[in-house]
Amino acid sequence: MKIKRQDMPVQNSNERRGNFEEVALGFTKELALKEAERCLQCKKPKCIEGCPVGVLIPQFIKALRENNIEDSIKIMKIKNNLPAVCGRVCPQENQCEGSCLLGKTGEPVAIGRIERYIGDYELAHRTCPLNKPKNTGKKVAVVGSGPAGLACAVDLGKEGHKVTVFESLHSAGGVLVYGIPEFRLPKTVVHSEIDYAVKCLGIEIRTDHIIGKTMTLDELLDEYDAVFIGTGAGLPLFMKVPGINYSGVMSANEFLTRINLMKAYRFPEYDTPVRIGERVAVIGAGNVAMDSARCAIRLQKAFGMESGEVHVIYRRSRDEVPARKEEFHHAEEEGIIFDFLTSPVAILGDGNGIVKGIKCIRMKLGEADDTGRRKPVAIEDSEFEIKIDTVIMALGTSPNPVVFTDDGNLRRTKKGTVVADNETGRTSKKQLWAGGDVVTGSATVISAMGAGKRAAADINRFLAGKK
Amino acid sequence: MYTILDKQTLSSVIKLMDIKAPHVAKKAKAGQFVIVRINEFGERIPLTIADFDRKAGTVTIIFQEVGKSTRHLGTLNPGDKIATFAGPLGHPTDIKKYGTVVCVAGGVGIAPVYPIAKALKGAGNTVISIMGARNKDLLFWENKMRAVSDELVICTDDGSYGKKAIVTEPLKEILGSQKVSHVWAIGPAIMMKFVSRLTKEFNVPTVVSLNTIMIDGTGMCGGCRVLLEEGAKFVCVDGPEFDGHKINWDSLLSRQRIYHEEERKASERWAHKCNLEAAIAKDTGR
Repeated sequence: MKIKRQDMPVQNSNERRGNFEEVALGFTKELALKEAERCLQCKKPKCIEGCPVGVLIPQFIKALRENNIEDSIKIMKIKNNLPAVCGRVCPQENQCEGSCLLGKTGEPVAIGRIERYIGDYELAHRTCPLNKPKNTGKKVAVVGSGPAGLACAVDLGKEGHKVTVFESLHSAGGVLVYGIPEFRLPKTVVHSEIDYAVKCLGIEIRTDHIIGKTMTLDELLDEYDAVFIGTGAGLPLFMKVPGINYSGVMSANEFLTRINLMKAYRFPEYDTPVRIGERVAVIGAGNVAMDSARCAIRLQKAFGMESGEVHVIYRRSRDEVPARKEEFHHAEEEGIIFDFLTSPVAILGDGNGIVKGIKCIRMKLGEADDTGRRKPVAIEDSEFEIKIDTVIMALGTSPNPVVFTDDGNLRRTKKGTVVADNETGRTSKKQLWAGGDVVTGSATVISAMGAGKRAAADINRFLAGKK
Repeated sequence: MYTILDKQTLSSVIKLMDIKAPHVAKKAKAGQFVIVRINEFGERIPLTIADFDRKAGTVTIIFQEVGKSTRHLGTLNPGDKIATFAGPLGHPTDIKKYGTVVCVAGGVGIAPVYPIAKALKGAGNTVISIMGARNKDLLFWENKMRAVSDELVICTDDGSYGKKAIVTEPLKEILGSQKVSHVWAIGPAIMMKFVSRLTKEFNVPTVVSLNTIMIDGTGMCGGCRVLLEEGAKFVCVDGPEFDGHKINWDSLLSRQRIYHEEERKASERWAHKCNLEAAIAKDTGR
């Protein structure tokens, strides 16, 4: 009998709207084994090609199927050290699961959910220690402790180099800590993974160090044999419409940082506050927009705003929503209102500098643009106003230039991203590598990890050749 | 963790602290700021660097106890540690020889003005300083300011010390009586607004240093954005100093009130906790 794709248990949508606890609860052993049975064990597996780091997917699933979870973890960790993170946040539908043969005729194997299952098992049991080899005497600096930096640091540490990670905030993890909310990625998972890598490999993390200010890139290049920049894309973009400076308008970065890094949802136990209104508009429909909208609805509930509304305003249609499928689905379940084919033209103030609404225009989809997506076109004379008291801009981010303040030799694009070789991460500057969002612009956790790993491999080769 | 090495009480609500932070002291320059977080529960607050000692590896901060975080910080003592001390952030002041400059300091703004006045004096400028506060109790560092100024005017709103005036009055006299190349003004936003309005009449370039809502201090959150004539800028990475004539002050003042209600709540909760602890201490001491 054909086995159906196994659903993952989730917190009831009504209940979870009132808390910040994890929504997706993870497979039980039974569910994981049942799902693993579905894998066809293809001779030429497409799923591996779909994975940015090339996890040996049929192999780890096979080991699990044979009830050999420790082997399964070992196989996973050949390519990916953070399965508990990736199982939760990867857009599997565009990657491994999107390439799964079963998906051609029915539903693909739930690779992400199985990955998370073995990742969580490893978190709880730690069966697969990272072995620290003999010290090579080489020193490497990694700038930024997000997905790219962490992946790079771990692979350098495994080679026996002395790795120092510089982080500008007070807590390591980058976007995993300040960006992705607790209900999607519990911070205990991130901290546990980082602490483990630090402990096993002797990696040093220096928080409160803003490279470009506290120290410069050139100083790092003097002091270390190699330097990797994985500073991500941290600079928020604001729409070029009137009214963006009214009180009540904020970037998704600000909103999410208050909530995730500073724990504003627990104010006043934690000192940082966060403001939310009864009628919230989130502009954009990517993962960050979903995270913002879902945080907003939880805050409304926490603040007793039973009649609160959270809108997601997106200029394209439902079919183009760039967010991870599961997050979009969860957001709809939680009661987020989606205003598709709608684009803001102005933010309206109340005369005292406080936002009171958004003026929008209706859009229709025209010809496909160079990204292949149909381009939204404004419909003439279709302006209308929505009453709104909080606006959250989730329009993407660009690399933070702070790190580059003193450097003229490092080639960067007009968009501010660093020019680096896709295979090796090498930049135009000697001894300097870069990878992740700082090179690609906002992308995914796993693609940043992939870039960090490729750079680490090249740094390892470079250091092996260096006398 | 960063250790508090020294603490001075400059007035009933203004405290000075020397913090051991060699990595910040090494790079600190006049005009820059640091982000401070007291403990795991604390918020990240920007405080201007009032002084630094590269050799000792210390940075001096001065703060007025206005909200929960600054009140809490004020209760800490030498030997205590704080969780975050990150910096130096923002651009340093553009120190060069301008000619005659006026440095206007309002209230706790004396702290950030001092290193700027000192550096300007060192660069060969004739420095006229104006220090103002609501009353005598809120003034400090008179001698230090005098030491780096060719002329020092002191005024208080209530006349309890120096001239009974607000800072724009002596400034107007100075601007009307001699050629001034540049003005620095640091203090409450409302003071900087009126100083900028006045100096615009005299067409004297004016630098103000803004202290806005901020979280990371590195350009990531955008909470600190101000409207200039050319569009929105971030105080943390584009500032903290700006051309006072280009700032949309009404927008700035409005944005500073965003978290007024929450600040009040946190302050009350803190005061309540302190009273409770004092009562318990009294009780158990008995």
